[in-house]
This record gives sequence, structure tokens and C-alpha cells, in this order.
Amino acid sequence: MAQSFRPRDTAELVEVVKWAAAEQQPLEVIGNGSKRALGRPMQVANTLALDHLTGVVDYEPAELVLTARAGTPLAEIQALLQDNGQELAFEPMDYGPVLGEELGRATFGGTLSANVSGPRRIKAGAARDHVLGLEAVSGRGELFRAGGRVVKNVTGYDLARAFCASWGTLAVASTITVKVAPKATTEKTVCLFGLQGVEATGAMSAALGSSAEVSGAAHVPEKLAALQSGNWGGGRSATLLRLEGIEESIDYRVGILRRVLELAGTVEIMDAAASFSVWQSIRNLTVFPHNLGALWRVSVAPTAADDVIASLPEGCLVMQDWGGGLLWIADPDDQRDGTSLRAAIASAGGGHATLVKAPENVRNTIDVFHPQEPGLSLLTKRLKSQFDPHGILNPGRMYKGV
Amino acid sequence: MSGIAMPKPSQELLRNKAQIVKDLQRIISGEGVICEEIELRPYETDALTAYRQIPLAVVLPETVEQVSQILKYCYANEVKVVPRGAGTSLSGGALPLADSVLMSMMKFNQILDIDLPNRAVVVQPGVTNLGITHAVQHEGFYYAPDPSSQIACSIGGNIAENSGGVHSLKYGLTTNNVLGLEMVLMSGEVIRLGGKHLDAEGYDFLALLAGSEGLLGVVTEVTVRVLQKPETARAALIGFPSSEQAGQCVADIIGAGIIPGGMELMDKLAIDAAEDFVHAGYPLDVEALMIVELDGPEAEVDRLLQEVSSLATQNNSTYLRVSETEDERNTFWAGRKAAFPAVGRISPDYLCMDGTIPRKALPQVLKRMQVLGEKHGLRCANVFHAGDGNLHPLILYDANNPGELEAAEAFGADILRLCVEVGGVLTGEHGVGIEKRDLMPEMFSETDLKQQQRVKCAFDEKHLLNPGKVFPVLHRCAELGRMHVHKGQLPFPNIPRF
Repeated sequence: MAQSFRPRDTAELVEVVKWAAAEQQPLEVIGNGSKRALGRPMQVANTLALDHLTGVVDYEPAELVLTARAGTPLAEIQALLQDNGQELAFEPMDYGPVLGEELGRATFGGTLSANVSGPRRIKAGAARDHVLGLEAVSGRGELFRAGGRVVKNVTGYDLARAFCASWGTLAVASTITVKVAPKATTEKTVCLFGLQGVEATGAMSAALGSSAEVSGAAHVPEKLAALQSGNWGGGRSATLLRLEGIEESIDYRVGILRRVLELAGTVEIMDAAASFSVWQSIRNLTVFPHNLGALWRVSVAPTAADDVIASLPEGCLVMQDWGGGLLWIADPDDQRDGTSLRAAIASAGGGHATLVKAPENVRNTIDVFHPQEPGLSLLTKRLKSQFDPHGILNPGRMYKGV
Repeated sequence: MSGIAMPKPSQELLRNKAQIVKDLQRIISGEGVICEEIELRPYETDALTAYRQIPLAVVLPETVEQVSQILKYCYANEVKVVPRGAGTSLSGGALPLADSVLMSMMKFNQILDIDLPNRAVVVQPGVTNLGITHAVQHEGFYYAPDPSSQIACSIGGNIAENSGGVHSLKYGLTTNNVLGLEMVLMSGEVIRLGGKHLDAEGYDFLALLAGSEGLLGVVTEVTVRVLQKPETARAALIGFPSSEQAGQCVADIIGAGIIPGGMELMDKLAIDAAEDFVHAGYPLDVEALMIVELDGPEAEVDRLLQEVSSLATQNNSTYLRVSETEDERNTFWAGRKAAFPAVGRISPDYLCMDGTIPRKALPQVLKRMQVLGEKHGLRCANVFHAGDGNLHPLILYDANNPGELEAAEAFGADILRLCVEVGGVLTGEHGVGIEKRDLMPEMFSETDLKQQQRVKCAFDEKHLLNPGKVFPVLHRCAELGRMHVHKGQLPFPNIPRF
């Protein structure tokens, strides 16, 4: 019989997983379910939802550390940090809008288990770079702890960081500790309009290779820019470089970028309000139209991006973040299996492609997550079985048999 | 030598030494295999010199293929392998076993690719930490993690230990600056992770490798992120009449939203030793000395230095000097960077500890360490990465006095227990190795440690790679895999369903 569980504390969580392990009953593990449409579809009768396992357990602004239960709404944590002039520096994006959900439904645990980061990833690191400690239940039904509450810690294997990007397939987190950062007082964005292809990636590389401390570097091509309301340079492509910090520092760094980008074109400056709103739409992918077809997420070295983009079929819309290396590709044909895209990535020097959005029949038959080399694939399976020997936690969500 | 038990050597392997050496020479010809005692001697210890053991043989492979062949051979013949980089580990991570093959990676010393548009550098694991910076500094770039041993330590070793440094508060540890690597598993299989792109696909094996102390795989290639050097860096030297006030000032600086490039504290004994050694111009009439370095654009650095100065004044600082030149800034650091050897001059021997604590616990921990010192009858100098709570107590002792090494080790263990008690951890950056191995249960439960060892089983199910390190009790993988379950247990009847 199908069961759905909503544990309210760690003891109840352990009990559920223990039962599932003993009965070899697979569980679909979710927070609030906001990313349910991402990944390989699972044939799992039982659901384990963590949305009642909530609350900030410990937060000391002067220590720059926060511990919260996995099901805590991310928005609640962000609001608490905001009240204290702090933030999660990895600036997690929100998959909600592209997956047909509302904004702001993600949980703390779900965000970390999918290693969800945003534009500032290029400067501040990914979600996984901010995780310090973990309390979780393995697929064996055992509660274990890893890491701690301090930044510098090499005591034992870094299981807390390894939990990130495991999509709930290794262990179910009950509480997670992250480091937090002071929030910048203000921001501005340096814009170049009308750049194409290598001009744009070259400009972003030059900016990121300068001492201007760029905290966001994205390129929105003409076709996408034309769809945006507000001042986006009159339908020309936009190459956007964000600077954050104290006012006098930003103004000084604008000067650095002006010098570095002298040959790239005319520079325009967006003030704090415009900059904030532009980066929100990049971060949460609202630059894309609603009916975008399939959405692929590709990570490559920035200089490899142009070759990958050139290989795409007609009609694809691509936004580049992370200095050009993160490609969000909207493909009007939502039945494509990604073979040619992945071949282009390999021949451009390597990277990976994840199918973020596609109909269930497609996600059922193709590799949603980038296929692994045989050796790595076997290592992945061995690691999975060391955490979850009966394969009861989100079985098959990432890879077949994992 | 005190009481850390290592796995018992296999008499059979020791007897078969000649054959094993011959087999290894078939894989690496010439001088790549060392087996004479006099030549093995340099490999008997790392920077934790209280422990020494000559290995069965040393191999110095030059190619990935050789690494793979040697590991495959050792796997088939159940020969233990101890990987070694530059041998600067402070926790005994590269201590050989009598029946082991020690694999030195120092012939892997090439920089393979400098790719500045992608801010990535690909190197072999034997390249030194500072060697990476030297390769890119002509374009203003550098590799951020800067352990004190950076002139000698290898990047492969940095991955094994997840090394940090004085700038890790702002720029992160090794794990935050590595994009990809190639490693060889104990079975001889070559695995590649990540690359020049961000966030490797699938499980975060890079996270597991960083800080794995050579127990999971032998790293043969590393891709790191390099950064453009901050435009300016200035440091302030601030003296306080008590460590409580210094500790409060650290909290206030962070609380004000300032993340300095580096923030260090030294106590009286460390200040005096350092000043006596390098004449950095440190004040001698203060109980605690802070070095705060701000880096970035000049306008920002100037403004933040003003804020730091006023926070220092609010915390009753009695000494304040801000560096006006690059030379002066380097002098400020010279004393701190020489603190270990400086302490070495005032004591025949010292033990360097490496706990991390929540910043706010500093005054309490310093006070209790004094009490512990009296209990063990030993002195202790303190240097402290204050920004990230990483404490380096240097316990002074004389190994020639019977019982003093044991007393120093007991004192050290007490300090680490104290760190865990106040919410910290056993080791911030030096690793567990053999040194803190038997203290692991202070921080982790049996269940925690078993889950960590299961990770080891996914990589090396025969426990042949660097055994005897990190884990106090070695469980066979088959035993770890067993599950004790009671069928038919029903979940809590009260758990809400939907």
C-alpha cells in the first residue's frame, strides 16, 4: 500500500527510513516538491516529504553560521538573514518559474541537495562551497553526522559537502549547517550592448580576469533581450557585469572595467535598482518566455561556449551566465535526446548537460543527467550502495540503478 | 614514540620483499624503485617527525600508466600503498608502514596548461602550491589557498589535506578552489572528475577527495581556479591588553560585515618568540597581537581600515600601526609566518595542534588552555587564524626529559577535546592522519565513523590505500555492509500522512 510520510522531527524521520529499509520500500524524498519535475521520473509508491521538518535551529550572525532543518522554506531563511544584513552568498536561483511552479517554494534541504547556485557562483562559489555540517539519515535508516559548525574543518571525509548534488539519493538530511556572508551594501551593473559570440565571452573573460571583483557576468542575446521590458538597450544583445560592495569601491571598479573593456564597445551603467531587477530575472530564468519548450543546463569552460552554441539547431534560445560558461538553452523541440548537444560539449573540451525541463516521456527515455564514463559510473553506483544498499532513496532519479 | 597502534605488518610480504621489488622494477625501470635501507631512510617520516617507519620499498612513478600498473599489482597481491607528496604533513598522513610500498608523486612536477581566459591551470600533483602562483603571476594571477608550507608542499598533498592558509577566510580552502582532477583508484582504474567548467556532474567526488588524506585515490592531475591579485593589500598591527579584548574585536569586525583577507592573533609567548627571531617590530607590552589584512581596491581598503581601527579603539587596543608600504606589510607577516620556527628556538621540541572553534569561544578556550598547561606542567604558545576560528597551540616540551613527549601529547589531546566541547572540531587544516586518529570518537559516534568508512569501501574495499590513518578502528567492508533490520516494524502511527 502506498504511504506518504511527513515527519515532524528527526526521530520520526529515522523511523520512516528504518521502516522503508527493512521493508525495502522505495521512497520519493522531497522537501516541498518544487523540483519534482526535474530528473528521471520515478515509479515510487511512497513519499517522504520534509516540509514539516522545519525551523532555524541556530543562527549567530557574528559567527556567520546558520543551522536549519531541511524542510525550512528557503525564503524564511533568506528573510532572517536579510534582517541581519546577511545572505547566502551562493545566491540560489529558483527553478519554480521554468518548471511551472510559483517562485519561493523551495526548501533549504532541497536547494542544497540539488546544489542550486545563482549568478554569484563565479565569485562566491556554489551551494556546496557553503555547507559546513550535516545531520542525515542514510538509506540504512541510520542517523549520522558529518562536518561541523566551523569553516575550517578537515576532520573526516567531507560527507556534508558530498550530500550536495546527490538529489536525495544518498541520505535524507534532517539538519544542515551553512556559512553565511555579509550582504553587500549596494550594486551596479556595467553593460555592453550589441556584442556577439566571442566578443561577448571575451569581454566577460577580460572582466573576470581583472581585479574588478565582478560578482555576476551574463550575456543575453538579441532575441531574448528583445523580449524584455524595461531598459535593455533597445533590443540589442546585453553583456552584463555586476559589481557589489560599498559605493566608493564600486565606482572605482567601474573605472577598472572601463579600462579593461575599452576596445569592446561603449559601456553603460545600470544603477542599483535596475541592476537588482535584471539579475533577478537572470537568476530565476524569467528572461525566458513561458512557452520555452525544453530547457537544458550546460556547464563548460567559458571559451568553449561559442562552439557549443554554434552547434545548436535553429530556433534555440541561449542565455549565458557564469562568465559565459553556464548555458541555459531553450529548445522549441522538446523531444530531442541531447546526443548532439553532448557530443558538441565533448568536442569543445568537456563539461556537462542536464535536461531541466521536458515532458515526462522524454525524461523517461533519455539521460536527464549527463551520462558518466564507465569507471565513474561504477564508482557512483558503489557510493550509492554504501549509503543506500537497498536503493530506497529516490531510486533512479539521477541515473538508472542509482 | 608513543602509543598509536598501526596495522600489523604481514610477515609474508616482508619475506617476499625481493620478489615484490623485482615485480615493481618491471613496471618502473631504473631509479624509480628504491629498496636499500639507506635510500629508504628519507621517506621514513613526514613533518610529524616523532613517528618513523621505513617502508618495504619506495616507487617514484613518472606516468599515469605506471601509477595505474603499480596500484593494480599491489591490489592483486594485497600490498599496502602509502601515497606521498612533498612530505610536509603535520599529522603523519604519509607515515609508511613496514610492509607498504610508498608512492612518491614528486616526479609529477609539470604544469600542463595555463588557461587564463578561463582562469584555470592544469598541473601535475607534485607541483608546489607556490609553483602554481609563480606560473601565472606575470599576468597578475595567483592561486589563493596559501598554507604556511606553500613553498614546499605539493598541490596533490593540498588536496589530500584540503589545505587552507591565512587567506582562507575570504578565499576558501583547497576544496573551494579545485575544478577537476584525475585520480587512480587502488584497483588501477583511472577516473577523471570535473574539468575547467564549474561544478562537476553527478555526485560531488571532488568534495570527498579534498581532505581524504590519501585514503581514496592517488591524484595524478589537478585543475585549479586562479584569481587576479587584489589591487592593494594593507595590514594593521593591533595590540590588546588581554586576549578577551582581542577576541571581542575579531567578533566586532566580522559583525560589522567586514571579511578581511586575513586576520591572525598571537599570544604573548608567540609574540615574544617571533619578535626575538625576526625583529618584525612587534610591541612587547601587549598580551595579544592582531594582524588584520584588508585587500581589494584602494578606496575600499582605506575605508575598511578606518572602520577596523575604530573597532580596535572601542575594544581598548593599546597599539595600532597600519602598513604604509608593501615592505612594511610583509614585515608584519614575517613574524607571524615564522612563528613556528621562532617557537622552535625557545624550546627543544614543540607539538603543533590544530583545532577549530567557534570564534566566540576564543577567550574561554585560551583561559582553559592555561589551566590545562598548569595541569600538564608545560607551556603553550598560541597562534590563531582568528577569522575562521582555527587555533594553533604550540606545546613546548623537551623530548630528552623522560615522559615529556607523553605529557605534551596528553596536553594536546585535552586541548582538542576542549575544542570539540565548545562546538569546534579536532583539526582545521593539518588532517587527522595518525596524530588525531584515536581522538575521532571524541567528535564522531560509531555510526558516523562507520558511514565514513563505507565511503572508503566504495573506493578501496580491501583497505590497501594508506591504511591505519584517520580511522581508529578498521572495519572490514563486508562487515560494514551488513544491515541489522527487524522486519515488520511499522512506522510511527502518529507521523502525519497526506
